[in-house]
Amino acid sequence: MIEIRGLRKTYRSRKGSVAAVDGVDLRVGEGEVFGVLGQSGAGKSTLLRCVNMLERPDAGTVSVGGLEMTRLRRGQLRLARHGIGMIHQHFALLSSRTVAGNVAFALEVTGAPRAGRKQRVAELLEMVGLTGRAEAYPAQLSGGQKQRVGIARALAARPKVLLSDEATSALDPETTESILRLLHDLNQRLGLTILLITHEMTVVKRICTSAAVMRDGRFVESGTITELLRTPGSELARGLFPLDGPTEVAGATVVDVTVSGPEAEAPIIAELARRFASDVRILGGSVERLAATRAGRWRIALPGAPDDNREALKFLSERGVVS
Amino acid sequence: MTWSEVFELLTGGLQETVWMVGVSALLTAVGGLLVGVLLVLTDAGRLRPLNVVLGAIVNVGRSLPFIILLVAVIPFTRAVVGTTIGTDAAIVPLTIGAIPFFARIVESALREVPPDVVAAATAMGATRRQIVGKVLLREALPALVAGLTITVIALVGYSAMAGVVGGGGLGDLAIRYGYQRFETEVMIATVVALVVFVQLVQMVGDFLVRRLSHR
Ligand SMILES: Nc1ncnc2c1ncn2[C@@H]1O[C@H](COP(=O)(O)OP(=O)(O)O)[C@@H](O)[C@H]1O
Ligand SMILES: [Mg+2]
Repeated sequence: MIEIRGLRKTYRSRKGSVAAVDGVDLRVGEGEVFGVLGQSGAGKSTLLRCVNMLERPDAGTVSVGGLEMTRLRRGQLRLARHGIGMIHQHFALLSSRTVAGNVAFALEVTGAPRAGRKQRVAELLEMVGLTGRAEAYPAQLSGGQKQRVGIARALAARPKVLLSDEATSALDPETTESILRLLHDLNQRLGLTILLITHEMTVVKRICTSAAVMRDGRFVESGTITELLRTPGSELARGLFPLDGPTEVAGATVVDVTVSGPEAEAPIIAELARRFASDVRILGGSVERLAATRAGRWRIALPGAPDDNREALKFLSERGVVS
Repeated sequence: MTWSEVFELLTGGLQETVWMVGVSALLTAVGGLLVGVLLVLTDAGRLRPLNVVLGAIVNVGRSLPFIILLVAVIPFTRAVVGTTIGTDAAIVPLTIGAIPFFARIVESALREVPPDVVAAATAMGATRRQIVGKVLLREALPALVAGLTITVIALVGYSAMAGVVGGGGLGDLAIRYGYQRFETEVMIATVVALVVFVQLVQMVGDFLVRRLSHR
């Protein structure tokens, strides 16, 4: 649905130039939720804004729904943009319009016939759970409600793709949960393809099927969540399941085990204890439900040196990732 | 001079002031909006040279003291109105003086609209015309009305100076009767009328801003 190749964008100023996006390749399949995780300044917003040409890339190609965005003329670009919704960290609503007016704005922009607008607005407000707040002004809404307006507005033209620029970063954890649930729901119900950027691991955990870590304008790792969990040393895997037990135990071998999919439910540690090391200790870990899969990650201590545990380690490697 | 004579002078002068200020405010609103929008639209991109030229013209207009502008545009006034004396003639320099003033207010009001909001509209596929009309001007409306209120009050002040060149109005009264003939009652009455008028303008402006603002 979204395909990016060799994308580069450099900002030049008197103080020098910043390669905000420095060679990014990215593929988001239809119905996928792709999360780009990175710290502030990594180039995430720039990357996202290059998808709908709010920023013109210096090099590379961006295609959305098979349409090569960099080649479109102004009028064509406007039409293409109708098919790409966007939501923003600070909501970016029109303060002068009511909730209904904000959603109607999106319909006016796309030239939807006047007659059907009112009904479509009501439909959209229902979809995001804001029926009854139609006549309120943004200033009278909570952050979560404002983002719901943002989402309703973004979906007005029935886009196939939704771009989300830190949509939950200005919200408290509970509201974040509810917005993520809504996005997940829309993804499932409408088959909406979502490309989101965030600096919060929770977001990736809750709704992403694929993810990338971005740093200094580049992806340092990228793939489906399941793949990443199977990749030894993956930063994302580590971030999704922070382990806080001791990394060394006298007279024992400490290893981190990551399993995903059906294996996460299997009594792996019990089996390990039964077959190899009856004194295996769990130092930390958990099993969690991710959007794409279930996964478990533990830090365990096996009595004895690594050499004494060769069989046990082999058993674990067959089930998941050991590091 | 009896109070009823003073009153008659006053209503005449007030009418003239209201006419001068009203018409020039209307023309200024249109002209200032146009120039202000142009200043914002040409700020970046290919039209940047136009921005520089326009900005320079506006700055020249802003830096001339009104009393000098009043005299400097006399030939132009004659060409437009046919005369250089009277309230209609005064409208020309008033408008020319106020447009740059209001244009800068418009420019800064439009810049106060969060870039995020403009980006959101662009991302939705809005045309430039929709962005100017439905986003920039509409979002800035309370600030524009507040700015127009300031401009109208400045125009009241300028219009009093127009009295110097026979422009009529309250300023004219104050100079001819209060200053030149020592008619203290007229002077006091004019001052009171001006104060009340300005207060009224400010109150109406504040009321409208409150009604329009939903921030
Ligand atoms: N319009 C701009 N002009 C100049 N530099 C910019 C601009 N936008 C972003 N940058 C720079 O590009 C880098 C990446 O910014 P951004 O894409 O906003 O990162 P993120 O969204 O990950 O925080 C930063 O160093 C930032 O300062
Ligand atoms: Mg950002």
